[in-house]
Amino acid sequence: MTASASEKPGPTPLLAVEGITKRFGDLVANDAVDFDILAGEIHALLGENGAGKSTLVKMLFGSLMPDGGRIVWNGEQVSIANPSAARHLGIGMVFQHFSLFDSLTVAENIALSLEDDVPLSTVADEARRLGEVYGLTLNPEALAGDLSVGERQRVEIIRCLLQEPSLIILDEPTSVLTPQEAERLFETLDKLKAEGKSILYISHKLDEVKRLCDRATVLRHGKVVAHCDPRAETAKSLAAMMVGEEVQAVRRTHDAPADGEAGRDVVLGVRNLDQPPLGPFSTPLRAIHMNVHAGEVFGIAGVAGNGQSELFEALSGEQLQDNPNAVTIGGAPAGRLGPNGRRRLGAAFAPEERFGHAAVATMPLTENILLSRHASDASAYQSGGRLGMLRRSALGRTLARVVDAMDVRKSGENPDAGTLSGGNLQKLILGREFDRRPRLFIVNQPTWGVDAGAAARIRQALMDAATAGAGALVISQDLDELLEMCDRISVIHNGEMSEPLDARTVTREQLGLLMGGAEPEKHHGVAA
Amino acid sequence: MTRIELVRRPQHSALFSVLSPFIAVLITALIGGIMFAMLGKSPIGGLHAYFIEPLTEVWSIHELIIKATPLILIAVGLSVCFLSNNWNIGAEGQFIMGAIAGSVMPVLYPGITGPMVLPLMLVMGMAGGAAWATVPAFLKARFGTNEILSSLMLVYVAELFLDWLVRGPWRNPEGFNFPETRSFHADAILPEMLSASGRAHYGFVFAILAALIVWFMLSRTLKGYEIRVLGESPRAGRFAGFSAKRMVFFAFIVSGALAGLAGIIEVSGAIGQLRPAISPGYGFTAIIVAFLGRLNPLGIVAAGLILALSYLGGEAAQISLGVSDKVANVFQGVLLFSVLACDTLIRYRIRIVRPQPAAAPEPAR
Repeated sequence: MTASASEKPGPTPLLAVEGITKRFGDLVANDAVDFDILAGEIHALLGENGAGKSTLVKMLFGSLMPDGGRIVWNGEQVSIANPSAARHLGIGMVFQHFSLFDSLTVAENIALSLEDDVPLSTVADEARRLGEVYGLTLNPEALAGDLSVGERQRVEIIRCLLQEPSLIILDEPTSVLTPQEAERLFETLDKLKAEGKSILYISHKLDEVKRLCDRATVLRHGKVVAHCDPRAETAKSLAAMMVGEEVQAVRRTHDAPADGEAGRDVVLGVRNLDQPPLGPFSTPLRAIHMNVHAGEVFGIAGVAGNGQSELFEALSGEQLQDNPNAVTIGGAPAGRLGPNGRRRLGAAFAPEERFGHAAVATMPLTENILLSRHASDASAYQSGGRLGMLRRSALGRTLARVVDAMDVRKSGENPDAGTLSGGNLQKLILGREFDRRPRLFIVNQPTWGVDAGAAARIRQALMDAATAGAGALVISQDLDELLEMCDRISVIHNGEMSEPLDARTVTREQLGLLMGGAEPEKHHGVAA
Repeated sequence: MTRIELVRRPQHSALFSVLSPFIAVLITALIGGIMFAMLGKSPIGGLHAYFIEPLTEVWSIHELIIKATPLILIAVGLSVCFLSNNWNIGAEGQFIMGAIAGSVMPVLYPGITGPMVLPLMLVMGMAGGAAWATVPAFLKARFGTNEILSSLMLVYVAELFLDWLVRGPWRNPEGFNFPETRSFHADAILPEMLSASGRAHYGFVFAILAALIVWFMLSRTLKGYEIRVLGESPRAGRFAGFSAKRMVFFAFIVSGALAGLAGIIEVSGAIGQLRPAISPGYGFTAIIVAFLGRLNPLGIVAAGLILALSYLGGEAAQISLGVSDKVANVFQGVLLFSVLACDTLIRYRIRIVRPQPAAAPEPAR
């Protein structure tokens, strides 16, 4: 880990960053950061959320201007004033937060980022071709607003590849892919590398970094803590550099109930749940059937856009069922109950999208706690009977409890949710539910885009809740996460769920095949 | 080249939330001064005639309160609509329908008198405004119709309906064919507060009460929270178990009822009968009032008084300077633009970028 950039005598790097500094008020987001990327190299940028990776990358892509330091491109100092300048240099970027217009189609979104006037049909054909070459199946006519997170990311990757850049910056690119698809992406990246292109690869998945990257730069609190060769490190030592301490592996603290064990209560029962598609690009749900027992963590794997969001909304009560017994919570029929009715039966929910679904960015944290708890804890947070006056002091005490229990890092006493980083907001969203001690958790992508430390904490909290007797349904695209936490795993594909499999004996290959469906090419289910 | 950039603030600026309306008023005065200069009048004299003179006499302060009353009532209702993301542009129509519904008693049944007439008129006025607002609400909730268009178009329907009524079936039989209803009898007139010094009536008390009640609801109750959540993010609202459709009706009915109340108060307190034109555009000006007041009912009280001043100033300037009273509309328009433009400062800060971009120093925040 001492192979520092400056010691390498080799050829001129494609990109060198020297002493880059960026301040936001009192916060130094990047403090004299140095690193370089050679032509034909895959370089990893490692760091927890808030370590300054996004800031650094935004400066490379011209979205932010550095306060100090130099950027050297092919041996010449450059100033990257805007993303267009970055593209002209040959830097392509796949952002972590997607920048697509919801009301435009995939092809239109791609065409927008092209500077030349290309006919839409050409763009669509080219996108389709690139999608096939790189295993990123896409329907160019679909509206961006109807795409799942995973599909949106595919658009971003293809949009970037269309520019034929010499440096591609990828931010957490595999978080929504099956192992097979990720492997295909790695092959693509290897191919791009062989073509002499450079890749800046940002990831929390240390195994990937070890598999893929030639060198790594590790950031912590805005500073470079190490340049290293990831292949010479262990995942554990990389993680330790990232967080500055050894990450605790999640402990299984409870005994897994065997499939169909009679002694345990069924906290969530789903019987023949059918749901027609809710929009032109929504996935229908077909005959969903499952039991989640008390003390059990039940996982649902699957590639984005196969009905996970639809299933979540059907279970949370945002979409009602016709048959009250299609969904039962703690044995009580819940199919006709809205979210608050289901919460009163002891269920807790955490959706995939944090802003605009699980939380309101422009509201303070206390009001975001109220979002899911105003009805289930009405007596704690409301007074004055029908007047429904809010008890702010009680909300403040709950916030303090949640912040303490989940180690939520925030600035100020009660800031707007929008100021929290992804990981901290997710800890708050889950923490407000743990604080209720519900008997059923239904969470969708609980650690998507969350840094390693926060993810471990969230998983541990879910496991602890299961140990204490609650049931948990975890919908996730992250197989490592599911294999680590779950007792049983089922796969959702095109709105249908597979039989649950025992997580202790199932293999990744088995799950991967189910995730891809019987016919892997057709797995992108667009409802007619 | 030096250029000016807008940089997104990490957090809303509390300072500029407060300052922005004042900056907007200042900019409006500046542009107004330029306008007076271009009309060949002294800018200082013009602004003085406009904004200071009406405040120097007791009777004209009474007039200010009379004009502010409907503006505040309507704008308070609109704040509920706008905060919940329901764009009711048709308050003018709801104002007129409230005036018509509230006038049923004194116009059609002038023989019925007594202390119960006035309360009944106010309730009927609210019901009329609310009913008219239910139409765009229903269309939006049921068919997904754009409420901006449907509510706005209903304004013209209401205006023509009033016109037809006062020229036709409701025309005063003893009125020499003037297009007016009969004058309201004494029990149907909203009394004046201090009749010794001017005409201001008790409508202003209703306006203040409405502002206080809605302020309390918005800032202290679950209902207000529901309004704000659904306005900020409908999906998060659904996750919270709130119904966006029911909110459409709630918001339109509250704002329609308050606009209707303003209508009957105006007719019963300030005019005393129905005429073809009973509003100089209060329903539209109230949109400016709502935004100038930052959609906060207490801010709206202040904003209502400022906009009322622009009406009075227009009349005063017409007399003392000989400029068109349309200048008042110009002021109101400029003010709305300035308010919306200044709101940018809450979310963004201005940064001046100098030539050497690599090391552009950032101004202190």
